[in-house]
Amino acid sequence: MHGRPRKAPKPEDEAASSAKAQKLRALQTQFFSFHHNKIYTKEAVELSAKLLEINPESYTAWNYRKLAVEHYLNLPDCNPDSIKSVLDDELRVVENALRQNFKSYGAWHHRKWVLSKGHSSIDNELRLLDKFQKADSRNFHAWNYRRFVAESMKRSEQDELKYTEDMIYANFSNYSAWHNRSVLLSALFDKKAEGFLLKEKVLPEEYEFIHQAIFTDPDDQSGWFYHLWLLDQTVTTDSPLLASSWPGHGSDVLLVGDRCYNGSAFSPFSALHSDSGSFPIVLYFNQPVRGVNSSTVTVECGFNKNEDLLWKPLSASNSQTARVWVAHLKVPSSDLHSTVEVSVGHTKGIISTRGFEYSHPSMLSFKVHVQPMERDSSQVSVAESISLREENFKVYGKQSEESIIDSFDQLIIKNGRETTASNWRFEALAKEIECFRELLSLVDCKIGKLTLARLLKAYDAMSYPFANKLVHSEEVLELYSDLMKLDRTHYQFYKDERSIVLLQKYKDSVSSAICGPICLRLNNLSLSRMGAFEKLLWVEMLDLSHNELQSIEGLEAMQLLSCLSLRNNKLRSLTALEPLRKLKLLRILDISYNQIGDHSIDTTRYVCSSPLSHSVGSELNRDETVTSDVALINNWEAFYIFKDFNLNQLDIVGNTIADEKFKSVLVKIMPKLKQLDGKLLD
Amino acid sequence: MAELAVDKHVKYILAVEKNKDSFESVVMDHLRMNGAYWGLTALDLLGKLDSVNVDEVISWILKCQHESGGFSGNIGHDPHILYTLSAVQVLALFNKLDVLDIDKVATYGSFSGDMWGEVDTRFSYIAICCLSILCCLDKINVEKAVSYILSCKNLDGGFGCTPGGESHAGQIFCCVGALALTGSLHYVDKDLLGWWLCERQVKSGGLNGRPEKLPDVCYSWWVLSSLIMIDRVHWIDKEKLVKFILDCQDVENGGISDRPDDAVDVYHTYFGVAGLSLLNYPGLKAIDPAYALPVDVVNRIFFSG
Repeated sequence: MHGRPRKAPKPEDEAASSAKAQKLRALQTQFFSFHHNKIYTKEAVELSAKLLEINPESYTAWNYRKLAVEHYLNLPDCNPDSIKSVLDDELRVVENALRQNFKSYGAWHHRKWVLSKGHSSIDNELRLLDKFQKADSRNFHAWNYRRFVAESMKRSEQDELKYTEDMIYANFSNYSAWHNRSVLLSALFDKKAEGFLLKEKVLPEEYEFIHQAIFTDPDDQSGWFYHLWLLDQTVTTDSPLLASSWPGHGSDVLLVGDRCYNGSAFSPFSALHSDSGSFPIVLYFNQPVRGVNSSTVTVECGFNKNEDLLWKPLSASNSQTARVWVAHLKVPSSDLHSTVEVSVGHTKGIISTRGFEYSHPSMLSFKVHVQPMERDSSQVSVAESISLREENFKVYGKQSEESIIDSFDQLIIKNGRETTASNWRFEALAKEIECFRELLSLVDCKIGKLTLARLLKAYDAMSYPFANKLVHSEEVLELYSDLMKLDRTHYQFYKDERSIVLLQKYKDSVSSAICGPICLRLNNLSLSRMGAFEKLLWVEMLDLSHNELQSIEGLEAMQLLSCLSLRNNKLRSLTALEPLRKLKLLRILDISYNQIGDHSIDTTRYVCSSPLSHSVGSELNRDETVTSDVALINNWEAFYIFKDFNLNQLDIVGNTIADEKFKSVLVKIMPKLKQLDGKLLD
Repeated sequence: MAELAVDKHVKYILAVEKNKDSFESVVMDHLRMNGAYWGLTALDLLGKLDSVNVDEVISWILKCQHESGGFSGNIGHDPHILYTLSAVQVLALFNKLDVLDIDKVATYGSFSGDMWGEVDTRFSYIAICCLSILCCLDKINVEKAVSYILSCKNLDGGFGCTPGGESHAGQIFCCVGALALTGSLHYVDKDLLGWWLCERQVKSGGLNGRPEKLPDVCYSWWVLSSLIMIDRVHWIDKEKLVKFILDCQDVENGGISDRPDDAVDVYHTYFGVAGLSLLNYPGLKAIDPAYALPVDVVNRIFFSG
């Protein structure tokens, strides 16, 4: 099926093919007769060998041979010699079959099955494997079989590591060998085996080794992914850390009636309603963790019992693991000024997906001020709809730049203990940066630029928050711009990476973006993706209009969002709005002028919670009156996305999907909606 | 740019179905059930499923069912999970799942391929997909299945067939598909895997299955559907890939091959058409990247009364 040239069939070819076909069919018919009648004579078994030699993919023949072997092994007169002879036969048949097709799943599995009967030596198997490696060093069946043999015959990881080294020295362009090397090294690190206890001793040698591959031929991908893994090993701390939180340590939270603000500015905006009398505490970790609960995170305050707090992971429905966790603290409606202390990880239990414990207990405290609302909410007219126009952004007063920067720093938890112990990490990164700068001075290559960008980002991330600025961000942005020109095939990949770097550094040019303590404008930045959420937890009104966003992955972390504009972006489907389902305070949403309805293929179909992915919470109550009115099969995306929203105001004009029929479906799904595309609903 | 020669491909697929006497056909006799799935799904994507005789197909499929509930690749062969999925998929295409005794099929669903215990993440995907289509995914321990798949996750973000196995686009499709169907995509490092997958696109615009290998049309499915499921498909150049697939057509005799100017077969014809569907090629039905069936077929299973 692969790699055969296209030829017009000649009559003599067709005749020959037909004759071969008839022979094979006769062989197969005869074989079936033996198999279905459970005949295992020598002659019958020989026939199956002939069949497999011509067609090693005939899986039923392999099954038959297993039955035949078991038949022989169960005979009363069987002895070690006859067993050896039977199994030797099987190994020979497998070798013949593999000669015909060395990628045959059936043949390799049969060999493993024979070996499980306890026959053949490790030398024998390794010799066979050597033959296959020489024929094709990327044959993954052979590599898998090698791992199987090494494990079942207890060959040491160190010996296998040497083997990968030999293979790589023979030919650097051997991804399979590099892959195996990463598996073995990983296992040795995990086991804390002798000689592999300290990554700082092992990694520099590995870097030297991989440089030989990358620098010899920068266009060969074989070493790229191994190098990325080495970088990850250098940079990533094993145990998870708390990266940021809302409220931030040392901040003041002001709750006015049903709104809450960080800082001292005060807004007259009151036409929104929210969950009564509570606000969220958001914890943002540097990697996904599980085990955040009222035992591992304690919240001490005068007005709430810690045990009553329910911590929820902000992740797709089935998961108990997330980077971001949230709990809601109920506040009384009367005047209040109180301090809240949050202790994270003083009890064991918070664990990363790789199995490492949270090991730097941290504490943050903030003050809460409650001011009951003066106006009766029922007097508020619905016409006071909030829009994200320029004026509203200016309303919230100007804070001095300094105090805004300070409040960012408060958000980022200082993880002191970790940074001082990791000089070897800085050294390793610095050395790599030097090597890749050198490479780029000799060859203008994509992997050089991409790796340098990654190294500089990693270096900055490790230095922050002690360094006030991300020192290399301009250079990184330029590298990505270069890559967008150099490697146009992967233009969008570099653009996405660039967007995140832009977001990470926005605070360096802060004044235009921030309009008060709760609003952020990030429009017209050619952003294709969102990121840097650990710095954005405080935002209540976000203007992302006029960008190129086709995804809002990660936005669920922004728990305080009540107003969001995604106007004039490139959202392609309703399912892309999944992250917004977790934003319980969201009341105003503008998704006008996107591309929803333009495309037949939905790239977020499985990222959203629905029966298609058997997600918890997506079970359909067939008695719901909404579903009887809404033809679910045509509108399931709208139903599953919007049914849990609590919007007052929605703008959807300018999307192909937004015809009158669809808008009436939306109104049925969201009966509390007050305004749709500027029109008041009754 | 070349166009998709729809009529030629339809003719080719129908001819392959009828031709049982060539050597090739006999050699692939044992996987006719897969062949039926490839050919018929391609026909449905091209809008021509009604060109075949439904009853004939269904009657043949049922002849391939065994006592154990599983289906074989063809009449006379042993049952195997590979062919059980194809059988269920074909029945779904024709909206004839009701001819099945679903409990019987569901009990066959195991994670090894068959009674001989070959373990491979392909089989995890197959069992999950098959039981999902039959709406009885609760018959297996989903957590355990997901756990096994995750044990095959590699340091490059990809997945292999067994723990430690090298990342390969085919296996990645199976694992990502299985994780998608079980609401477990959050376990995938989408950026890491996305980069590995997007680097499958080579200069010619085609996709390979692993680093430093040749491009092949079948990866237009496996790499592409994986990218779509993790929402990173915009990281490749879609136009260049469309051009590559179209260049692999035999515009005179119909059919699509693995590479331009190679011999065609129904397997690559299906993957080429499915890939084009994922790339929004006009005139094709949309295909679901996880179930590998047309979207309207999948929606019919999950969303109709």
